[in-house]
Amino acid sequence: MSILVNAETRLLVQGITGREGAFHSTAMLEYGTDIVAGVTPGKGGQSALDGRVPVFDTVAEAVAQTGANASCIFVPAAFAPDAILEAADGGLALVICITEGVPALDMLRVYHVLRAKGVRLIGPNCPGLTSVGEAKVGIIPGNIHARGPVGLVSRSGTLTYEVVQAMTDAGLGQTTTVGIGGDPIIGTSFVDVLDMFNQDDATEAIVMIGEIGGEEEEKAAAFCAREVRKPMAAFIAGRTAPPGRRMGHAGAIISGGAGTAESKRLALDEAGIRVADSPSHIPQLLRDAGVR
Amino acid sequence: MKLQEYRSKEILARHGVPLMAGETATTPEEARAATERIGGPVVVKAQVLVGGRGKAGGVKLAPNPTEAAERAREIIGLDIKGTTVKTVLVAPAAEIAHEYYLGLILDRAARAITVIASAEGGIEIEETAKTNPDAILRLPLHPLIGLQEHEVRRIGFFLGIAAGLRKDFAIIMRGLYATFVESDADLAEINPLVVTDDGRLLALDAKIVLDDSALPRHPDLEEMRDVNEEEPSEIAAREAGISFIKLDGSIGCMVNGAGLAMTTMDLVKLAGGDPANFLDIGGGAKADRVAAAFKIILDDPNVKAILINIFGGITRGDEVARGIVEARSHLTRDVPMVVRIVGTNAEEAKPILAEASLITADSLDDAAAKAVTAAGGAA
Repeated sequence: MSILVNAETRLLVQGITGREGAFHSTAMLEYGTDIVAGVTPGKGGQSALDGRVPVFDTVAEAVAQTGANASCIFVPAAFAPDAILEAADGGLALVICITEGVPALDMLRVYHVLRAKGVRLIGPNCPGLTSVGEAKVGIIPGNIHARGPVGLVSRSGTLTYEVVQAMTDAGLGQTTTVGIGGDPIIGTSFVDVLDMFNQDDATEAIVMIGEIGGEEEEKAAAFCAREVRKPMAAFIAGRTAPPGRRMGHAGAIISGGAGTAESKRLALDEAGIRVADSPSHIPQLLRDAGVR
Repeated sequence: MKLQEYRSKEILARHGVPLMAGETATTPEEARAATERIGGPVVVKAQVLVGGRGKAGGVKLAPNPTEAAERAREIIGLDIKGTTVKTVLVAPAAEIAHEYYLGLILDRAARAITVIASAEGGIEIEETAKTNPDAILRLPLHPLIGLQEHEVRRIGFFLGIAAGLRKDFAIIMRGLYATFVESDADLAEINPLVVTDDGRLLALDAKIVLDDSALPRHPDLEEMRDVNEEEPSEIAAREAGISFIKLDGSIGCMVNGAGLAMTTMDLVKLAGGDPANFLDIGGGAKADRVAAAFKIILDDPNVKAILINIFGGITRGDEVARGIVEARSHLTRDVPMVVRIVGTNAEEAKPILAEASLITADSLDDAAAKAVTAAGGAA
């Protein structure tokens, strides 16, 4: 078991013929993800990835021909909001947008349109997600994972890999690892994913990797105190980040004294969730909480 | 990207917001000439992006052109929180009857553009939020249909705008909203919005912060960037496509990924050192980016050691190692370097690094400790 994607996921890739799209789609195929279609407007009728995946002009056509049920988006930032809307209009229930640098006001509109349609959006500006041994969607390296009982959710990319690798090295495998994205307006929040992990029978423990900016970690802490009885561990990046500066991610900024690492650590502490000083300490925190 | 007051006012004026525009000056003589054109008492205001310029002596009244030149002489060159004032705004002085706060923010929690209004203007809204939260109206706007007339009325009534000024208020509120949406702002605020003694409603001061992700579609706004207030190293980094923020420590950091870059800084601190910067070279750790990053980090004379932390993932570790060694061979200044590479072929990377006398580390904790030692021990 896992959340969001699994062996039944029939993936469509928007932007499959681009450099990034082709590179990461190949890695997804090698991992075993069932990529059934690609969409690049104007290249319908061609094929991608050495003839292994048919390419369509529109998402609607790709869905009709292949029964795709999820989309992964690699198109440039200027076209990403439209690509997300096209995926939702095409009838897909799950859309994962990897693209970085999408304007926030575009995402506000897209967020509310997708919510009204009941379409689940992950990202943008995210590394995607992997349900270990079932399907990998996005750019998280497949080889760092091991199958196991821990669900992981994070706002980062390489920091997620760091933690997953540390867990795998310590013999703690994962059900699903989800990167929700580093932008201020994203489709899926910590609370959304924590709720899914909480209801997933195979997930016995949860790791949450947050960072400065916004108040989603605080909301997640309140949610966990109320709802989650599974063992948890957390890490918050940015204790040394200066206020008022954007730390790479558009969403990673301490503004008006809010969104500090300390505020998030405190909220997690109060919810009874242990926060690691270093990503390498997370496996031990899980062991201490009784995870085997 | 933060805009200067006079730039923010330019944009608001374009959207019909009445304000005390004034003129910018970079010399006392220009301030005198501007005051002559304005014809009356003026305020001379330092144009800096940092807050608290009033307390720092960066805002002064002048009744006539001669005194305006004097005040400009005092303010230009003044150091305000590390920024040297280069430009002042000379604006008509107003007799103020009342001050309000009116702002719009990108509200992450509400996932909306939210109006923030208070009848207690002229002070920072965060201050009012602490001392008198009931004096603040927070009104999230519908993200698909935007600001509606009933909302404009509600905000006006909340602020207690006099009946005769409600039409003017509506123009200002709509202008502020149009400014926010059309320039892709994160924040647009008028503080204070004032009623003058002669009964006019005006924007006296304004601040706009733009969404960096939207700047590519606003080349006219990109030109308003004030490079005078940016670290030269940060300008160089932006031009090289590197995400970089200068700090005060002695350990330079080069990392791929923003979250991992912040974590690397945190672990340097935990190991007893101080990071000299935040730096994300982006995916793949490409050779030209590594070379540019070295130059940017080493331009800071405080840097005594560099910690390179690359989580390769799909990228091959030995290629990254060769790129680092190659880039380092072209450096004009050298410091001890600790390199930690994880990912495919990470083992093959180690002999390449060791041969070039770079210090290697397996874990991030180990790398941080070695970097602190290499920089001369804990701070």
